[in-house]
Amino acid sequence: MSLELEITLNGKKVAAEVEERTLLVHFIRDVAGLKGTNIGCDTTSCGACTVLLDGRSVKSCTLLAAQAEGRQVTTIEGLSPEAGDGSDPAASERMHPVQRAFHENHGLQCGYCTPGMVLAIASLIDEAEPGTLDEEAIRLGLEGNLCRCTGYHNIVAAALAAARQTGAARR
Amino acid sequence: MIPAPFEYARPSSLEEAIGLLAERGEEAKLLAGGHSLLPLMKLRLATPALLVDIGRLEELCYVRDEGDVVAVGALTTHDTASRHELLRQKIPVFSAVAGQIGDPQVRHRGTVGGSVAHGDAASDLPAVLLALGGSVVAVGPDGRREIPADQFHLGFLETALAEDEVLLELRLPVPAHPAYGFEKLTKRAQDWAIVGAVAVRREEGAGLGLINMASVPLRAAAVEEALAAGAPPAEAAERADEGTEPAGDLNASPEFRRHLARVLTRRALEKAFA
Repeated sequence: MSLELEITLNGKKVAAEVEERTLLVHFIRDVAGLKGTNIGCDTTSCGACTVLLDGRSVKSCTLLAAQAEGRQVTTIEGLSPEAGDGSDPAASERMHPVQRAFHENHGLQCGYCTPGMVLAIASLIDEAEPGTLDEEAIRLGLEGNLCRCTGYHNIVAAALAAARQTGAARR
Repeated sequence: MIPAPFEYARPSSLEEAIGLLAERGEEAKLLAGGHSLLPLMKLRLATPALLVDIGRLEELCYVRDEGDVVAVGALTTHDTASRHELLRQKIPVFSAVAGQIGDPQVRHRGTVGGSVAHGDAASDLPAVLLALGGSVVAVGPDGRREIPADQFHLGFLETALAEDEVLLELRLPVPAHPAYGFEKLTKRAQDWAIVGAVAVRREEGAGLGLINMASVPLRAAAVEEALAAGAPPAEAAERADEGTEPAGDLNASPEFRRHLARVLTRRALEKAFA
């Protein structure tokens, strides 16, 4: 048995025939071939597979691809497509504020949790009432994202920097 | 981990969903946010032959002011409940507890109806519903019926919902006083409560719900009675483990859970009456 699904992935429609039990993370990695979304714990705990579904952070290991049918999914590859792959410094200027903050605050060590962290923070900032995010709110807001390098200090610093830039940070 | 194969249906109305449940009986399972069911299916602890995805039924997404009751549609997400202005004003205990379930990603998907229908004694919302003295509305082929929260949970992951019924809404009585206490002990962020207690003020005394103190969510009836009879909160809290049957596991022995129930109940009452 199978389903015909079409999901808008980073602004482009991706259609495929998949098994009903296909998880969203497998659709993203194996059907669409986008490997930026990582699988960590596979049990809704670690957040490495975090993507945006209609702009809100979700764990793609705990969604069926069918649940995302016809909806907008954004992965790390699609957060600021105009910024390129890093080879063009001028294009890099157009990174998303959270990506820039990770760069400037050295917000990663091994990098495995980074795509999920960046998308979780992008969602957190987007949803926050302006002028409300402080360190405690950010740490609580990242409850569902684990960094096994334990590099939380710089991740939180990056999130705060991005929140300040977008006006979400507490003044 | 990948679930065992299943058929997938996405009915476009509640009526159609009930029809599918009536037709397929116990081999069908409802899918809402999927944050209780999909993990079980990935572990192959649940292997339904048919998933009926009601996750997009707008008719189950609402928060309605009915005066002394707020009706919350089953598909309201924890995130929506935690931010909803009416709930925050009239029943702050519900929005506050919803805002502490899991993590933001889980709250974006998990639904209040799914959490209650799953019937896990370690979940937070069933205890809130019990403390408020609320009820749920189920709808099936023969129409609607209202089930009081303290008659809804029958056993381990077992509820009063029939195979062909859908949980439509939670009915939350507006408490006499907005102050509440919510205490849960976890060892790590985002964990389920080892034990938790929810206290809601009533005209006289308080309603008390306990998390993870038996195979079902429980009301701490002995504490409620003591408070209604005029006992001070600290004395009433000493009776929090009466009638409980806590399990022992790696996190806590049954004796330690009983101790926690008394301590957390006292703290929840202190906050509710502060």
